[in-house]
Amino acid sequence: MRIINRTPSRRTAVLLGLLPFAALIVSYAIASHYRRLDNPADKLLPSLGDMASTFWSMAFVADKRSGDYLLLGDTLDSLWRLGAGVGTATLIALVLGIAIGFIPHIRSSLAPFIASFSLIPPITILPILFIIFGLGEVSKVVLIVVGTAPVMVRSVAQAVMNIPRELIIKAETLGASVWQMTTRLVLPQILPHLITAIRLGLVPAWIFLISAEAIASTSGLGYRIFLVRRYLAMDVILPYVIWITLLAYLIDRLLLIVSRRAFPWHHAGGNSL
Amino acid sequence: MKTPPKVAVKNVSMRFGDVLVLERLNLDIAAGTFCTIVGASGCGKSTFLQMLLSNTRPTGGAIELDGVPLPDEPTPERGIVFQRYSVFPHLTVEDNLILASEFAASPVTGKLFGGARRKARAEVRETLERIGLAPAAKRYPAQLSGGMQQRLAIAQALLKKPAILLLDEPFGALDPGIRNDMQELLLQLWREQAMTVFMVTHDIQEAFKLGTRMLVFDKVRHDPVAPEAYGATITYDLRLKDGVSEPPPAMGALLPDPAASV
Repeated sequence: MRIINRTPSRRTAVLLGLLPFAALIVSYAIASHYRRLDNPADKLLPSLGDMASTFWSMAFVADKRSGDYLLLGDTLDSLWRLGAGVGTATLIALVLGIAIGFIPHIRSSLAPFIASFSLIPPITILPILFIIFGLGEVSKVVLIVVGTAPVMVRSVAQAVMNIPRELIIKAETLGASVWQMTTRLVLPQILPHLITAIRLGLVPAWIFLISAEAIASTSGLGYRIFLVRRYLAMDVILPYVIWITLLAYLIDRLLLIVSRRAFPWHHAGGNSL
Repeated sequence: MKTPPKVAVKNVSMRFGDVLVLERLNLDIAAGTFCTIVGASGCGKSTFLQMLLSNTRPTGGAIELDGVPLPDEPTPERGIVFQRYSVFPHLTVEDNLILASEFAASPVTGKLFGGARRKARAEVRETLERIGLAPAAKRYPAQLSGGMQQRLAIAQALLKKPAILLLDEPFGALDPGIRNDMQELLLQLWREQAMTVFMVTHDIQEAFKLGTRMLVFDKVRHDPVAPEAYGATITYDLRLKDGVSEPPPAMGALLPDPAASV
């Protein structure tokens, strides 16, 4: 049988999926082993055991100086910023996206502006944000909003415009007002696309979060990584990177599950990643 | 005073840029007519239906409804069934059918809740039985067959008791057997509700079987140098008696072959 027609069984699929991860871990362990044969105090590729014990103490042993659990505090601070930023961006995307996609006059007046605004590299306005909002929480959240909202607005607007015209005409012949069409037709039709937009927006959101924390912060996952970089503490950095990746992965999967549960009609046809 | 015809089409033409699609359309349609519209692909019959719907406006001439110019946008007095995308994919079958009463009852949310919604769902029970979708009431349109979806679409289009029902190749994507059942259902509904029906179809047999009046759209004037200079118009306007189901042999030769235009 041709290879395009062969699909792996559920078990094979899981094993195949785990394979690249296993390969990465094994090759790291080998490289780390040989480096430490040369120099037992090597800091660049610490052993898996060392990383595990450092991560354990970051997570479950209170910091000697402050008495805080560092991993928990960093994670909560970062997630709060991420949530506030992406949440605000989602709200903006919903309101502006529907208005732009549904009402031609608003589209004419706002679409070119949003398109231009979305091309500003967000990091370049970080200094402006620091000057306006100071070095506190607001500037970090605003950076995430500025970095993610324009693209999300555009993808929501596009989703609205992709609603078949026939459905909108049908709603008109059933006596719907513009507001009723918005609440009963446009909103439910684009909510699954909004979730997709959030999932895609989370990728740059994490980048802006870590960047802002690296530059000016006193807590957070990005702050911690850039702090311990000074001591070449790869045994902290690598587990933190894996932890951040795991958080990002879990949030992404969670949103996908929410979408499948809430909008079965949207996922009725075909596979999706 | 003489009552005006249900629909009056007065010297209507339609031009897209340099292309003249329709020209010199003149028609009076009496109330209760089942008007079928046939013609080759691209001859503007769907455009004509879109104009009756007010989704596009003619570039020349005027269309009147009961002696009054058509409104500028689609309204509940004209129901529509498209070939595709006619029902709301995010609503179950029964919720597709209560939508019109939800719009009427709830201006702010457009949604009914609790007891009011249960009542509305109970009210469409009979319609569901009628179109044979009662067992599928809780299913989403994507889980229905093509024929079931179009039955739902027709039932939904009739919710506001439109005086005019517009059908744009509603059975074009259906199997012949199912098509027959759908035609019977449509004829029954037309007789009961005393509507004026306009139906665009590719199927010439269907046009003869269902229609009390049949319009054939075609180009009559050809300019070999500028093929786009002239548009299609109504070349045959046939009053059919009820029960005529076969085209007369001579007519059949004149009409476009439905198979060739698919």
